[in-house]
Amino acid sequence: MLHIDSLTASIDGNQILKGLDLHIGPGEVHAVMGPNGAGKSTLSAVLTGRDDYEITGTVTYKGEDLLSLSPEDRAAAGVFLAFQYPTEIPGVGNMYFLRTAVNAIREARSEPTMDAREFLTAAREQLAALEMDQALLSRAVNTGFSGGEKKRNEILQMALLEPSFAILDETDSGLDIDALRVVAAGIERLRSPERSMLIITHYPRLLEHVRPDHVHVLQDGRITRTGGPELAHELEQDGYGTLEGAISS
Amino acid sequence: MNSPSTRTAELTEAPLFTPVDPAAPEAAVAPEDAVQAVIAREYQYGFHTDLDTEVAPKGLNEDVIRFISARKEEPDWLLEWRLSAYRHFLTLDEPTWPRLEIDPIDYQDMHYWAAPKPKGPAPKSLDEVDPEVRAMFDKLGISLAEQERLSGVAVDAIIDSVSVATTFQSQLAEAGVIFCSFSSAVRDHPEIVRKHLGSVVGPRDNFFAALNAAVFSDGSFCYIPAGVACPMELSTYFRINAADTGQFERTLIVAAEGSSVSYLEGCTAAMRDENQLHAAVVELVAMDDAHIKYSTVQNWYPGDADGKGGIYNFVTKRGRCQGERSRISWTQVETGSAITWKYPSVILQGDDSVGEFHSVAVTNNRQQADTGTKMIHIGRNTTSTILSKGISAGRSQNTYRGQVKVLRSAVGARNHTQCDSLLIGSDCGAHTFPYIEVKNDSAQVEHEASTSRIGEDQLFYCRQRGISEEEATAMIVNGFCRDVFDQLPMEFAVEAQALMRVSLEGSVG
Repeated sequence: MLHIDSLTASIDGNQILKGLDLHIGPGEVHAVMGPNGAGKSTLSAVLTGRDDYEITGTVTYKGEDLLSLSPEDRAAAGVFLAFQYPTEIPGVGNMYFLRTAVNAIREARSEPTMDAREFLTAAREQLAALEMDQALLSRAVNTGFSGGEKKRNEILQMALLEPSFAILDETDSGLDIDALRVVAAGIERLRSPERSMLIITHYPRLLEHVRPDHVHVLQDGRITRTGGPELAHELEQDGYGTLEGAISS
Repeated sequence: MNSPSTRTAELTEAPLFTPVDPAAPEAAVAPEDAVQAVIAREYQYGFHTDLDTEVAPKGLNEDVIRFISARKEEPDWLLEWRLSAYRHFLTLDEPTWPRLEIDPIDYQDMHYWAAPKPKGPAPKSLDEVDPEVRAMFDKLGISLAEQERLSGVAVDAIIDSVSVATTFQSQLAEAGVIFCSFSSAVRDHPEIVRKHLGSVVGPRDNFFAALNAAVFSDGSFCYIPAGVACPMELSTYFRINAADTGQFERTLIVAAEGSSVSYLEGCTAAMRDENQLHAAVVELVAMDDAHIKYSTVQNWYPGDADGKGGIYNFVTKRGRCQGERSRISWTQVETGSAITWKYPSVILQGDDSVGEFHSVAVTNNRQQADTGTKMIHIGRNTTSTILSKGISAGRSQNTYRGQVKVLRSAVGARNHTQCDSLLIGSDCGAHTFPYIEVKNDSAQVEHEASTSRIGEDQLFYCRQRGISEEEATAMIVNGFCRDVFDQLPMEFAVEAQALMRVSLEGSVG
């Protein structure tokens, strides 16, 4: 599904990713954990096509050179990012935005587009599952949303866009325990043999609700350790410091 | 631009617009979908029609003014009014205070009168209108046929210097509403015209208003009698077709006590390499409890990407809230013209009267706009609201210039002004010049302003969701203008959004 080999990324002369290797198979859920500044958010930015970086190495996605695609083409190919800080777009209705996105991707895949009513039915179903207020559909995209509402809105988009590879960037940050439970249930519900996920997180608590198949530790731009779900617990108890003698954040 | 009538036709064809469940969120977002249907790739109204046209000789002098007045079979008082304005005009200098770079205008090198030659006697009904003229308006998307009543919008169609048709006159007459060309009004309702002509924008008001008073050709006239809510939207469609011709129309709307009217104005021009001058005057008068809503979607030819050609749009628009509790609302979407110089204003004379100005001005390529409003508070407890959204792209310059003036008599006056500017790219400019003059201590005047660059984060967020950069830009810009678009009649709002996208074509990437 996704093969990342010897990936480096630099911004303004600073190398953030320093030769990262990661392989994710179909239906697998991988967690990447690491201290602040390890390069977690850079990894999600590079995979989704933010153009601020100088990049070497290769990323192959479904046999295609992912790095050569524009952000929108990557989205059409099934790559989705749940943003750590979802952007506000004043004056643009959430429902309109979502449907435009869904139809843009459907068109790119030569699939039939959804009309307003079909879409509304689908959206309402997902809203209910995420315990979201229907009114969020008629408000402007993320504008005036609480932190929890923004994160739920990201999972709502993921549910509607049906990606084959989803990156969840610090989706648990800023959520209270109830919101975390709802968001985690939303993610868990979207797990399927056709959908791979990369969960990027600083804290292991999301991983108590969404159990990953593999856990990786990202430190100083490289994967320094890989293991099963138990690795997350280990990190929770001992912190990142025990791993290479580095100082935990 | 398209006409109100065809726009409505498109809406009715789109199943999305069937109001299934008014409470559903889709009802609130539907207009954006229709935008897709009316998208064009470039200025699509630039064609010109070969009409057999009668023109006055080039140049500006008293003979030309007499020629125009004679062609229109005007009474002597009006000719005298014109000549007096012209003599005053000769004493004035062109204004230089706006932030505009204007190539010198040679006022002697243009025609002040151009009219499609009537084929035979004046048409008595729409069926008799020259088929070529009708075809031209069909091409513009404006149907002059009354049987196409989808829109319920009455249209006065003006080509160059003359009105060629006004629809729905008999239906309006039943309600007592007078809606006709200015020339007909001078002939049929001279007492109303004489009373109000120049009462809001006098012939000595400014350089371009004086020029207009001297040579104005046609325009629209509306009178809404006391207590009447005008049964349909009134609309004037202005078209500049002939070459080397200026358009100088004059519009006068009088709303008597307790009446209301919504008026729409649309404009396009043939694409020409030379700049063409459009110097119009609009006067609005609202009596006690009357309400005038005036909406403009201005889409004059803006010139090409290098700034060659395009319309100089130098317009004086002003309304007077003469009566108590009267209300005048201007809503404008300015996308066209090479240069725009325009400040639709309200004189708040009656106590408790309300003035509103909602504006979106978009400039791209080499376009320049210097636009805004004046709110003059005279009466007690008068209220004004100014909401201005400027979008600059390419190498364009976009200036908001507004004046809020509270006179000593205006006890309890209130104003709220909000000016937001959005920049696309790094070669454009946005400027804000608010002038505030308060002579009464009880006044409350608020001004808010913001300038932002279209956000990289916003663009990336949209693109990550599969939305192309161009589409995302249009979406973000339309969102930025939402508060103003919400003030427009639905059909105009749809068109305005589509126009924005066309105007900003090629501004990203």
